[in-house]
Amino acid sequence: MRKSGRQLFAGPYLIWIIGFILLPLAMIIYYAFTTSGGTFTFENVAAIADPVHVRSILLSLKLGIICTIVCLLLAYPLAMILNGLKIKQQNFVVFIFILPMWMNFMLRILAWRLLLSNNGIVNAIFQFFGFGTVKMLNTQTAVVFGMVYDFLPFMILPIYNSMARIKNDVIEAAKDLGASDAIILFKIIIPLTLSGIISGIIMVFVPALTSFVISDLLGGGKVLLIGNVIEQEFMQGTNWNLGSGLSVVLMIFVIASMALMNIFDKDGGGTAVW
Amino acid sequence: MKKRLAMLFALCLMTGVLSSCGKDSGSTETTKKDDNTLVILNYGKYIDESVLDQFEKETGIKVKLEEYESPEEMYTKFSAGSINYDLVCTSDYMVERLINEDQVLEINFDDFEYYKNLDSSIIEASQIFDPENKYSMPYFYGTLGILYNTTMVSDEEVSTWNVLWDEAYKDSIIMQNSVRDSFTPALRLSGYDINTTDENQLNDALDLLIRQKPLVYAYYVDETGDEMAMGNAAMALVYSGEAAYAMELNDDLSYSVPEEGSNLWIDSWFMPKSCHNTEYAEKFLDFLCREDIGMLNFDYVYYATPNLAVKENLDEETLSDTTIFPTDETLANCEVYKQYDIDTTKLSNYLWKKLKSE
Repeated sequence: MRKSGRQLFAGPYLIWIIGFILLPLAMIIYYAFTTSGGTFTFENVAAIADPVHVRSILLSLKLGIICTIVCLLLAYPLAMILNGLKIKQQNFVVFIFILPMWMNFMLRILAWRLLLSNNGIVNAIFQFFGFGTVKMLNTQTAVVFGMVYDFLPFMILPIYNSMARIKNDVIEAAKDLGASDAIILFKIIIPLTLSGIISGIIMVFVPALTSFVISDLLGGGKVLLIGNVIEQEFMQGTNWNLGSGLSVVLMIFVIASMALMNIFDKDGGGTAVW
Repeated sequence: MKKRLAMLFALCLMTGVLSSCGKDSGSTETTKKDDNTLVILNYGKYIDESVLDQFEKETGIKVKLEEYESPEEMYTKFSAGSINYDLVCTSDYMVERLINEDQVLEINFDDFEYYKNLDSSIIEASQIFDPENKYSMPYFYGTLGILYNTTMVSDEEVSTWNVLWDEAYKDSIIMQNSVRDSFTPALRLSGYDINTTDENQLNDALDLLIRQKPLVYAYYVDETGDEMAMGNAAMALVYSGEAAYAMELNDDLSYSVPEEGSNLWIDSWFMPKSCHNTEYAEKFLDFLCREDIGMLNFDYVYYATPNLAVKENLDEETLSDTTIFPTDETLANCEVYKQYDIDTTKLSNYLWKKLKSE
């Protein structure tokens, strides 16, 4: 009795899952494998082999990987520094990192567009110091920059969490046994924070791979990621079938990257995403 | 962007939820047949609202104005069917689409007192989307051309589309983020019709655009006016309406339609099938053609008006402003877009992706 009563509380969540996750997913899969007339086809999924689509998915992978690596290189040392601070200071610095997330990310990206444009603030500063105007906006670099800016907290937080769980005793024991700092880092800290690194990688790589708004706003319509192709098929091309077909392929890429990461994540600590 | 996302979401919701509501409200609307209110749907800030009051004062017919931002948004609002509109004003290609979908009623222009005020050349140009001129009435028109910063580009240079391919302006050219508008200069430069459906001709245009891409600063839509006003680029491919907006913000800007010819757009009124009182609707359209009303709207919107009676009363300076009123030579070179057939739509979308992925 009591048990089934408690299960009722899961009801709203169940409706949510069905209405906003499973149903849309089913619709995407239906569209992906049918023509506009409703007959079964593999064409929409096979369309990924088209040179145009291959090029954009390769570009998405490339920018996604660069973004993930940059985030990791920035976040890991930062998490270590953070971990070395006093508890109160730690909380404050984490707060600083979360603060921008209170603002809509699209607004923040739009702000970067104003900063980076030909006549923008950054170029005005360059000119003041006698450098010429640097073309920054509407390049692949600008897109990667926007992604890193946006997704960096998602890398910092899981790594910082897993690092905070390492007990000082462990480090001290290693030092007692004569381990150098480098050995402590590579043999103790990194292996113990691996689950954090992996969830960080997934949480940065997946949105970077599927992003289309950032490339639209900071790429000036010149950087065509696979997300932009899908968006175009839905909004301008009104070819929902092809858009869905490509979405399914993209989903396979996402699931594959998550599965691949999971192989490395042996201890599956509390920071894992799934 | 947000708008587009919201639209997609709304579309999903509406197809499911509102398709059923639409029928209900349809039946209630027919019972209100004698209701003397017209519901009209127009672009935002595209009619002087005092015109509506005056119409009510003179005829006793109330007018309720609804507004929208883009033709696609209009289409969604319109086909959701939750409100039955009596009159809609929208872009040429959207009128054509709705005519093809059999959503539009014929307008009986015979009883119009002031229809004769309208420029016959614009009415004739409308035949591309409304072959017999029986479904639509032109409201304002304009062109697609180059908005340029006079401190960076000279007036002579922009007399040809070639300037968009000039290496000297690398990284300071803004193109339109839409297939047809960006293809237009390339097609005209190659000497082709802007409504061509020939695969080879479109491919030739694509080659030109691929060559141009390294020079392009960005492909923008709504941002173009602001970017130009801020001086972020030397020139941009824009509609005359957007150009007029940007020129208000920045005095260094000017607008030109290259001599090779371009696109002519005509925003037009049509009567949808949901119109509950065609007599009133026609009365309102006729009212819009009247000289004083046309003048009020022209002063408010400041686009090219097809109303010759209004034009007669304008001063020389306004009439010679080629941003608002294209010259006759320009008009002779411009053409209205014809809606692509399904195959050409697919092809042009593919070519667009190809250009973007280069």
